[in-house]
Amino acid sequence: MMENPYLPFSMRIDDIVVETEDHNIKTFVLSYFEKEDEDRFKYVPGQFAELTVYGKGEAPFGMASSPMQAGQLEFSVSKIGVLTSALHQMHKGDVVGVRGPLGNGFPLANLKGKNLVLIGGGFGFSTLRALTNYMIHKAHRSSFGDITVIYGARKPGLLLYKGDLESWESRSDIQLHLTVDTADNGWTGHVGLVPNVTKSLAPSAENAFTLICGPPAMIKFTLPVVKELGFPDDKILLSLEMKMKCGVGMCGRCNMGSQYICRDGPVFSQDQLLHLTTETHF
Amino acid sequence: MKSRAKIIRKKELPDFLDHLIRSYKVFGPVKRDGIVFFDAIESGNDISLDYQNAKTSPKEALFPQSETLFRYHRKEGGVDVDVPVQGKKGQVLFGIRPCDAKGFLLLDKVFGGDCRDPYYEQRRANTIVVSLGCAKPQPACFCTALGGGPCAEEGSDLLMVDIGDQYVVKIVGDKGAILLEGNRFDDAEDESLAQAAEVKKKSEASMEPPLKIHGLKEKLDQLFDDSIWAQLTETCLGCGICTYLCPTCHCFDICDEPMGQDGIRIRTWDSCQFPLFTQQASGFNPRPLVKERFRQRIMHKFSYLVEDQGEVGCVGCGRCVTECPVNLDIRELLNALLEVEAA
Repeated sequence: MMENPYLPFSMRIDDIVVETEDHNIKTFVLSYFEKEDEDRFKYVPGQFAELTVYGKGEAPFGMASSPMQAGQLEFSVSKIGVLTSALHQMHKGDVVGVRGPLGNGFPLANLKGKNLVLIGGGFGFSTLRALTNYMIHKAHRSSFGDITVIYGARKPGLLLYKGDLESWESRSDIQLHLTVDTADNGWTGHVGLVPNVTKSLAPSAENAFTLICGPPAMIKFTLPVVKELGFPDDKILLSLEMKMKCGVGMCGRCNMGSQYICRDGPVFSQDQLLHLTTETHF
Repeated sequence: MKSRAKIIRKKELPDFLDHLIRSYKVFGPVKRDGIVFFDAIESGNDISLDYQNAKTSPKEALFPQSETLFRYHRKEGGVDVDVPVQGKKGQVLFGIRPCDAKGFLLLDKVFGGDCRDPYYEQRRANTIVVSLGCAKPQPACFCTALGGGPCAEEGSDLLMVDIGDQYVVKIVGDKGAILLEGNRFDDAEDESLAQAAEVKKKSEASMEPPLKIHGLKEKLDQLFDDSIWAQLTETCLGCGICTYLCPTCHCFDICDEPMGQDGIRIRTWDSCQFPLFTQQASGFNPRPLVKERFRQRIMHKFSYLVEDQGEVGCVGCGRCVTECPVNLDIRELLNALLEVEAA
């Protein structure tokens, strides 16, 4: 019997973290019921899964957790539609379905030995958080060069993963730069838009990759900045989003040119995107 | 070389079909209120082979318009899912047109790539395709422009050609041979084969290739941002009938139908012509206008699938031409695109 790509397995909600002051983004910490589900769900940062709320349907979310986090998966969910609203009403102990891992994820083999400049904005930061936690894990830290993280939100209360940010800030092997559009009392980070902050920090493109995840406007204005800093198009990685259903390249809706975001992405180099239709151009 | 063709006399056909119906679920062209559809038949006399093409394509027999992916049942501490079991009984698609048979080969690639679709594949493995060559193609037909033909055998297990009071039945695949087992049909002699070849020749000659697809992909890729799309699609209503009738369109939606605490997850045909197809929960839509959705349909068939599967996603059945409520003709559109001077 061939594997059925449409069947979710059950996971239990172990914890729900309200990430933002507006309560619109929550991180769901899920745990496996069956060891074999965990063994089968081998993923890399940047991949995603379809989350099921039974009776409402399913939707795709990037894994916000690092694969090094045993026994659990984390998904950060912004309350915006029918399914995410239903998720936001769920409680610890409730059961959701998970189908995946899907997509290509970040090309870890290519990133090894390189300096990494991670640039994230808003909600798009979740898979960069997964990648950062993966890279700074003691089993992996020596495989990667310098790690610079530039992360911005509209205001301090909208930054995700505050616990992680604190712990990263205390480490010497990762350069964390936080920025907000509007500061409040006590803010000690940068103030300004992500592209401008990136420009002033001017991270080196020497032996480096940059990975950019965030809202389209942020990507659009950050691309010329990293180009200016000397990052060639094949060293600029982006993670794309589209409406998805099947997640495996059959239902026909998430294509950009000949590429399906679900099957061939969601991670693409800028070089690849420039060779596709202008639909993929920021 | 020994002929791999048999003769079925027309008067023997109802008995042959009745024989098949005992072992298989048989679908064939059936006339209702003067319109031909593919439907299950219960008797060899139900079938109506005197037709040009059916209103709907037979893809539904492999890829139903709506199908249950699984049922879910809530239980203490979890949810059980179970997949409906498909019947073991094989199905015969009898008397479909060669264009539609060729369309299955493209669906095979979509549903049987790196990731395989078990629902489609099981049904496909249990399906035998018996095509009927076209002696009189319709004005909207353009299979020959796309590498097919009115009597082409690609995708068929048996191919029948009408030569008067009998059919020459060519055995194309092993499944076709299995279907004829246990029946004493005569081998087709040279004379009958020559008659069938003549039907094929005349039929092909009656079709002027209305478009040349050579260089089409490259041209479309160049024209992606051209203003021609807005002009060409000014009258399009975005109704999606072209995609529903198309034998190769395969887009689908997946959604849940709750019944109390339990329910089913279904998939249904969907269409790239609908705005909600790509609209994200945030409200953002990468293809908000008719011209962009129409362009997606054309690009998908004549550029993206060529890149992805090495084949054009159109078999020239002409259904989108005959059924479009505003008379958009894909052949004229492609010709117009080919004539644009790329900027």
